[in-house]
Amino acid sequence: MELTDEKIVELKEKANNIRISIIDVLEDAGSGHTAGPLGMADIFTVLFFHTLVHNPKKPDWSERDRLVLSNGHICPVLYTSMAYAGYFPIEELRTLRKFGSRLQGHPHRDFLPALETSSGPLGSGLSQAVGIALSDKIDHGLTSKRHIYALLSDGELECGQTWEAAMLAGKEKLHNLTAVVDRNNIQIDGYTENVMPLESVSDKWRAWNWHVIEIDGHNMEEIADAFETARAIFEKPTVIIAHTIPGKGVKEFEHDYRWHGKPPNKKEEIMALNELRTLGGKIRSEHE
Amino acid sequence: MLNAKLKLNTKIFDKNIEQIPIRQGFGEGLLEAGTKNIKVIGLCADLTESTKMNLFSEEFPNRFIQMGVAEQNMASVASGLAAMGKIPFISSYAMFSPGRNWEQIRTTICYNDRPVKIAGSHAGISVGPDGGTHQAIEDIAITRVIPRMIVISPCDSIEAKKATEASVDTGTPVYIRLAREKTPVMTTEATPFEIGKAQIYWQSVKPQVGIIATGALLYKALEAAKKLKEDGIDVDVMNLSTIKPLDEKALIALAKETGRIVTVEEHQIYGGMGSAVAECLAKNYPVPIEFIGVDDQFGQSGTPEELIEHYGMGTKSIIKAVNKILKR
Repeated sequence: MELTDEKIVELKEKANNIRISIIDVLEDAGSGHTAGPLGMADIFTVLFFHTLVHNPKKPDWSERDRLVLSNGHICPVLYTSMAYAGYFPIEELRTLRKFGSRLQGHPHRDFLPALETSSGPLGSGLSQAVGIALSDKIDHGLTSKRHIYALLSDGELECGQTWEAAMLAGKEKLHNLTAVVDRNNIQIDGYTENVMPLESVSDKWRAWNWHVIEIDGHNMEEIADAFETARAIFEKPTVIIAHTIPGKGVKEFEHDYRWHGKPPNKKEEIMALNELRTLGGKIRSEHE
Repeated sequence: MLNAKLKLNTKIFDKNIEQIPIRQGFGEGLLEAGTKNIKVIGLCADLTESTKMNLFSEEFPNRFIQMGVAEQNMASVASGLAAMGKIPFISSYAMFSPGRNWEQIRTTICYNDRPVKIAGSHAGISVGPDGGTHQAIEDIAITRVIPRMIVISPCDSIEAKKATEASVDTGTPVYIRLAREKTPVMTTEATPFEIGKAQIYWQSVKPQVGIIATGALLYKALEAAKKLKEDGIDVDVMNLSTIKPLDEKALIALAKETGRIVTVEEHQIYGGMGSAVAECLAKNYPVPIEFIGVDDQFGQSGTPEELIEHYGMGTKSIIKAVNKILKR
């Protein structure tokens, strides 16, 4: 389904609200990751409010698409998207990382059964998505209508297991599987190309028999088109290499790897929220 | 004497007792399970014949996934299959699964609450000539420490077949420990088996020591019991094939009856079955315990018999431990 201009405006607004919530709940939590969730907000928005076949009121509906978040540490954007989609009340986001919360520091199905997987340790999400896609293929062969999405960070392309999974998906020609790599070029210790050079990322996936699409991970149309194309590719799995800006939406956080694993403090929160609410100063904030 | 109620192999102490590798029982059990239940899926990391998963893969090629040498991927792919309602069995050598892929088993299977069954073949030192790299003697410790995991170490091929079939319906992750070598067949099809239930294979009227064995070494324990009886020492021998959950009731009863325990396993003493027994008894009914197992060392090449003797796990060592504990 193509995006209308109206829908694009709606998605952009939604993504901005999701970013506002991310900043808000991370400051409340006092720990957690900032850059990744902000960077992936546009892709999550397209998935949850355009692409995914799902039913937030019936999370265990068996015909749903499956979304596997491999890099569990960006869960603030997953939780926020789920809350906005109606999986649970938006107010519950404030419990993130608190004792007894359903919103564990890294996603845990025991606490929030609507999650497809518990995740955190990097490198194992693609394997689980491959298992889900294989199961679907065993049951339905090429007639499968369901789609499986695996969301990965670029840092976890350093994990050997990711490539073990990529190899198997290529061998099994899992057309019902789409991986998204958040190519934001940062990880905890610095810039990926300094920590461990990953380029050429696209050639690596191609070598394992994947269809590769590279996109601007903040362009709603490109994101939606890529998912659409992935569904149409029938011979092999698809990987979308999404070039994103870590910390996207808050200039002071953007591109700075130091924002990978820390939350904003109160002062930074006020600054960031002001920036997001004024769309970077383009409009007047009602909170001014 | 042998517990008649359990309908054990009456030829146990014959010289020509039938010997079958424990892993063979896994292969046959999986084939049976796959025949009965369409949800059963087999995954193997390039050791299909060695682990005897070939019996399943040849019958059900569409439900078999060849993973290549990628045990970490295998564990997590199985988790994904289980997420869709499948009952996956993953197989490799125990050294690599649950050895190499421990964190994937811990997080993507157990923490994730997915009922994947892990068959670790070639466990123990009796792998023999391949040497220490391939002798998994830490696998009980690393699996029993993970919440939700059931750990079974069958004593022979028939028990392995029953354990494999029983594991299908637990709804939990299960680790099934298998050995490579031919092992005397102690049980029969008629011998009862239940996950979580320990059984007294050798019974005395007034046992002075309780020997608790797991896996193929149970046979050495039975041999020791027979020889000890000839020397006038009465013992009980328990087959503790389910190491987790422990049959605490049976363990406490044995400790109460005998007052002295000897544990026997082809595994490191640290963290193994003996440790599990000690944890239970220290809390409920403390008695002296002697531990037979590998004493904080790695294995090496040799014949299984040579290695069992060298590392102090043979019949003589068990008899020695019984005599020692009687003096404690």
